[in-house]
Amino acid sequence: MHKKMAFSFPDEVLEHVFSFIQSDKDRNGVSMVCKSWYEIERWCRRKVFVGNCYAVSPRMVIRRFPEFRSIELKGKPHFADFNLVPDGWGGYVSPWIEEMAGAYPWLEEIRLKRMVVTDESLELIAKSFKNFKVLVLSSCEGFSTDGLAAIAASCKNLKELDLRDCEVDDLSAHWLSHFPETYTSLVSLNISCLGSDEVSFSALERLVGRCTNLKTLRLNRAVPLDKIANILRHAPQLVEFGTGTYTADVRPDVYSDLAGVFSSCKELKSLSGFWDVVPDYLPAIYPVCSKLTSLNLSYATIQSPDLIKLVSHCPNLQRLLVLDYIEDSGLEVLASSCKDLQELRVFPSDPFGAEPNVSLTEQGLVAVSLGCPKLQSVLYFCRRMSNEALVTIARNRPNFTRFRLCIIEPKTADYLTLEPLDVGFGAIVQYCKDLKRLSLSGLLTDRVFEYIGTYAKKLEMLSVAFAGDSDLGLHHVLSGCESLRKLEIRDCPFGDKALLANAAKLETMRSLWMSSCAVSFAACKLLGQKMPRLNVEVIDERGPPDSRPENCPVDKLYIYRSIAGPRFDMPPFVWTMDEDSGLRL
Amino acid sequence: MERRVNYENDLNLMATELRLGLPGCGDDEPQRKTNPSIRNNKRTAPEISEVSSSESSSSVTMSGSDDQDSPPPAKEQVVGWPPIRSYRKNCLQSSKRNEVEGMGMYVKVSVDGAPYLRKIDLKVYRSYPQLLKALENMFKLTIGAYSKREGYNGSDYAPTYEDKDGDWMIVGDVPWEMFISSCKRLRIMKGSEARGLGCV
Repeated sequence: MHKKMAFSFPDEVLEHVFSFIQSDKDRNGVSMVCKSWYEIERWCRRKVFVGNCYAVSPRMVIRRFPEFRSIELKGKPHFADFNLVPDGWGGYVSPWIEEMAGAYPWLEEIRLKRMVVTDESLELIAKSFKNFKVLVLSSCEGFSTDGLAAIAASCKNLKELDLRDCEVDDLSAHWLSHFPETYTSLVSLNISCLGSDEVSFSALERLVGRCTNLKTLRLNRAVPLDKIANILRHAPQLVEFGTGTYTADVRPDVYSDLAGVFSSCKELKSLSGFWDVVPDYLPAIYPVCSKLTSLNLSYATIQSPDLIKLVSHCPNLQRLLVLDYIEDSGLEVLASSCKDLQELRVFPSDPFGAEPNVSLTEQGLVAVSLGCPKLQSVLYFCRRMSNEALVTIARNRPNFTRFRLCIIEPKTADYLTLEPLDVGFGAIVQYCKDLKRLSLSGLLTDRVFEYIGTYAKKLEMLSVAFAGDSDLGLHHVLSGCESLRKLEIRDCPFGDKALLANAAKLETMRSLWMSSCAVSFAACKLLGQKMPRLNVEVIDERGPPDSRPENCPVDKLYIYRSIAGPRFDMPPFVWTMDEDSGLRL
Repeated sequence: MERRVNYENDLNLMATELRLGLPGCGDDEPQRKTNPSIRNNKRTAPEISEVSSSESSSSVTMSGSDDQDSPPPAKEQVVGWPPIRSYRKNCLQSSKRNEVEGMGMYVKVSVDGAPYLRKIDLKVYRSYPQLLKALENMFKLTIGAYSKREGYNGSDYAPTYEDKDGDWMIVGDVPWEMFISSCKRLRIMKGSEARGLGCV
């Protein structure tokens, strides 16, 4: 009976069926059905996703998936975005590039996030992969325009070059000129993170002119307003466009030129850039506003009236990123104009000021939650919040999948009742049953974690800061949140007990970050010894943890599951706790 | 230490009594005395400062230490809080500078023979003579007169600039407004070298 089943479908048929299964999770599921499915699946997996580059070694990946075309790797923990991970911690992509260069001449796509990328690696990519098509570097660092020049020069089939939020060393503005004159395949170019000396405009114009398939172009701040018209004239087919600095002396000829050129971009759906915006030039984009689905004004330092005018022209907006200059009044207009809104991010214009500089409060978020039925993803910085507002939001918008609230002052209580915000966030997790990502802020006790552990069953990522009273808080989360994959905590009084009691849980998660908490060195050692499939990293710039008493808390702790064992590329301020950790220090 | 003992009791209790009641129903958990002040400047929980033997150097830092141009910080800042990426923080700072100084336009200035670069705000000047005077003052040198035909012939130093296309030009050839919008950086060359530049 078994044999009949195994031979009833030839491999090719199964492969064909599997080709319709794209998601990583589903692919992993398929591979666990039986040995023969595992075998067939591994030979036909074309896209590999490695959420933590230290969870597995390059060789292991290559051994299991002999024919992938696309790889996505993530390196540093998320809190590295906020300078909590010291420089030199790790996340080097070179071992991966080196292994793949030998094994995979047909690799087409590399996507990296929070990794250290060197020029040598970029040169190796350019040299090794003849059909290389897509390079996406998100929040990466360690390379210069020389590396980019190598990619431009050698990758004849490059379709996508996307540098998002990277730190690039400026060495030469002329790397763009390394794209040969015969090169025309560019579809997507994002250089928005490059500094002022890193782009040559004439090369850019020529490149844009000859790449007729270009759909996405995001320029950097250095490109002045008067250059945009020429560039857009060469690329009226653009779907996504990011301006450079959007400022110039107001001149009618420049304005009408710009407005005219925007009118001819019939496919434009997404706009970004807008550094240093001068309001007088904003109406130039009105011709495209009715089709816009995505608008990133998060660098636009313009005031609420101008923002309101703009937003009122965009009824089909699905995604808006904006500074808190929009204020509550602007968000109310947004709520009534943009019924398709799915994602909203409101960033602070003056995060370090002691007093609020704009009138943006919890009211704005309430208005949008009430008015926008499709809203599912929110990132909101504000200075005050109430349980009442959060409960209202939760009741009216149970479809939230991502809810990240940052009340700027740590431990801020409910401004109406002076109570902790436990009940408010509790309502969020209770009503929003599909919540996958949550960031907490404000005054919070262990109670909020009890709610989270009880209700947040689909929660995959939780970010916590300055919250909780005791280990109980952490225990609630680790024991209750069944889908938890990533947990990042800073400045909370969580210590050894909850961590050790839930050690097994850590193997079901991608990673746990704890900094400025109360986990002792002794507990870290114990965890490292008992859990061989976890890498327990102690990060401490004060010096070796064993130079202090064992019950001293460590500064930073990063725990992640791994089948690759401890890594060996650690800087002097990182120690891995393992079976021999007592001896190795 | 006492706190730890209390906590252990709590954990045992709670392990058996975790309830699935709706939020807001009465319970017998000891209510933490909440700090009523909204503006709470505490940076680390008190438990942490009791336990650690030395203040972690990474938990508190003064802002503005790496950026002399920004105004003094409103208060001490915590590392990584609020959670905003560096790029955005830098943009905010430079926007503030612009607001304060009226859309400044800083370019680097190098002088042949001097070890350090300087930065000047081109928006501050309205004309070439003003700019040249400022450069002379800043670097303690003489630039002399510009002539359309001969540039700065006869001067010890000649100011040049790199334009948007990456070419090096003599300062003064194009109208001021055009210069302002295309100048990326300045280099003050020794007069002898400058004679080879831009002579038609």
